[in-house]
Amino acid sequence: MKKGFDARTIFVVALLATLALLPIYSALSGDRFIVTLFTRILILGLAATSLNLILGYGGMMSFGHAAYLGIGGYAVGMLAHEGIYSGFVQWPVALGASALFALVIGALSLRTRGVYFIMITLAFAQMAYYVIAGLARYGGDDGLTIYRRSQFGLLNLSNKIAFYYVCLALLLACIYLVWRIVNSRFGMVIQGARSNDLRMRAIGFPTYRYKLVCFVIAGTMGGLAGALLGNHTDFVSPAMMYWTRSGDLIVMVVLGGMGSTFGPLIGAVALLVLEEALSGITEYWQIILGPLLLLVVLFARGGIDGLLARVRHG
Amino acid sequence: MADALLQVQGLSKRFGGILATDNLSLAIAQGELHAIIGPNGAGKTTLIAQLAGQLAHDAGRIEFNGDDIGVLPMYRRNQLGLARSFQITSLFLDLSVFDNVLLAVQAHAGHSFRFWRPARHEPELRDPALAALDRAGLSARAALPASALSHGEHRLLELAMALAGKPRMLLLDEPMAGLGPEESARMVTMLRALKSEQTILLVEHDMEAVFALADRITVLVYGRVIATGSPQEIRANAQVRDAYLGEADVAGAGRG
Repeated sequence: MKKGFDARTIFVVALLATLALLPIYSALSGDRFIVTLFTRILILGLAATSLNLILGYGGMMSFGHAAYLGIGGYAVGMLAHEGIYSGFVQWPVALGASALFALVIGALSLRTRGVYFIMITLAFAQMAYYVIAGLARYGGDDGLTIYRRSQFGLLNLSNKIAFYYVCLALLLACIYLVWRIVNSRFGMVIQGARSNDLRMRAIGFPTYRYKLVCFVIAGTMGGLAGALLGNHTDFVSPAMMYWTRSGDLIVMVVLGGMGSTFGPLIGAVALLVLEEALSGITEYWQIILGPLLLLVVLFARGGIDGLLARVRHG
Repeated sequence: MADALLQVQGLSKRFGGILATDNLSLAIAQGELHAIIGPNGAGKTTLIAQLAGQLAHDAGRIEFNGDDIGVLPMYRRNQLGLARSFQITSLFLDLSVFDNVLLAVQAHAGHSFRFWRPARHEPELRDPALAALDRAGLSARAALPASALSHGEHRLLELAMALAGKPRMLLLDEPMAGLGPEESARMVTMLRALKSEQTILLVEHDMEAVFALADRITVLVYGRVIATGSPQEIRANAQVRDAYLGEADVAGAGRG
């Protein structure tokens, strides 16, 4: 191994190159499905990246992050249902509604700690789930088909390749944004609060308001992922915000590496590719996936990214 | 005392039937290293906690730099320049040593709703943090996680964090407790270097260190001040000798 290039850097560069060139591979091989699969991976990777901001860096174990996927998705779906197709309206509404939801549940749940915080975020997310499932006008339990994707002038999101690259660009922008945030003064406060909240308050940081702002940023980003997911599947249903989906996002973050820049993306790729591959082998793929995740949690603290970082040190 | 930086008058604190602080008055001049000694249970830590704002006092007055700070919460007193290092260290163990000190600097650098510039590269934060680490002799350990340091180094890091905010006065609660002889010596050397530029209130059991460092010493017994004076005066004080110091200690051996 050359000096200056550790395994982690090589891996991340290779991963990004693969993602950038994937549509070309798809065109050459004629495998259309792979673009669909990876669009989904990019979107959930974005959601996991936003969760990593509060979970990995902030130590806020939110078990309701899928709620933002639903809110973002339904903002797009409901507006489309009412005949408003412009993305310049739909997406700001999706982000705004997610931010507002995060502000309200953050303001209440951040007053609690530990297991209470987990339970209260879960409870709020499930509440949102049942509210949406109860909206008969928008399909209720059955969900809502989106007949036209968000309109952005010349940019045609119905083109699968164009949409793939939009998702990739937004994902990378969000990863960069999170990276800037966690290394800023704000990010230092967030990490200090994760490490020792009492001490932070003793030296003069009102940590509650910093954590709340962080919670809102993450929720807004989650809403963006939701708007993308709605466009990707041309369909939204309450299932996209069910609590098991929140669990999936946590698994991606933990598997990839909590508090690591590219960890959530790595986790999303690993989990969804594995899921795809294993479900091709057996119907009972979860029997294989479960122990595999257990091994990572037990023996690879810091996730896949943590493993890669250690390769150099042997 | 006219030029006292910290002036305490008639301070009292009661826990149930016990008077932990009994009508205590104290004046600490600018630039002085003032040590507080006394047997176990004399109320030394209780006093520090009241000065720092961790405990509310029942009666009396605490003036810092001419302002009545008795009702201010802990972080406000900290912002006014009264920095406390903890007897039990309470660090950011999973952050780097440098980040620990950086946060201490940042606490005094205005609000932190700044989302873009990398904090570790801001000269306004970085330079004071590096200077404080240098004074604590921890420069070489800056990149390590705080959890990798020894017990003695944790104490030094605590001190560096207290210094990072450029305080007007340091409250040190037993900085030598639990340190080996070598680490103690390192701490004494550092405090000696500090005392020329820093007002310090030191609570400490290590008599050798106290008599070597202090400009003035106050002796507490059962929450009351029984004597205040220079180390020579305290050594010569018969009441102190009876109440607290063994003959051997007064002779200068220092049993701790």
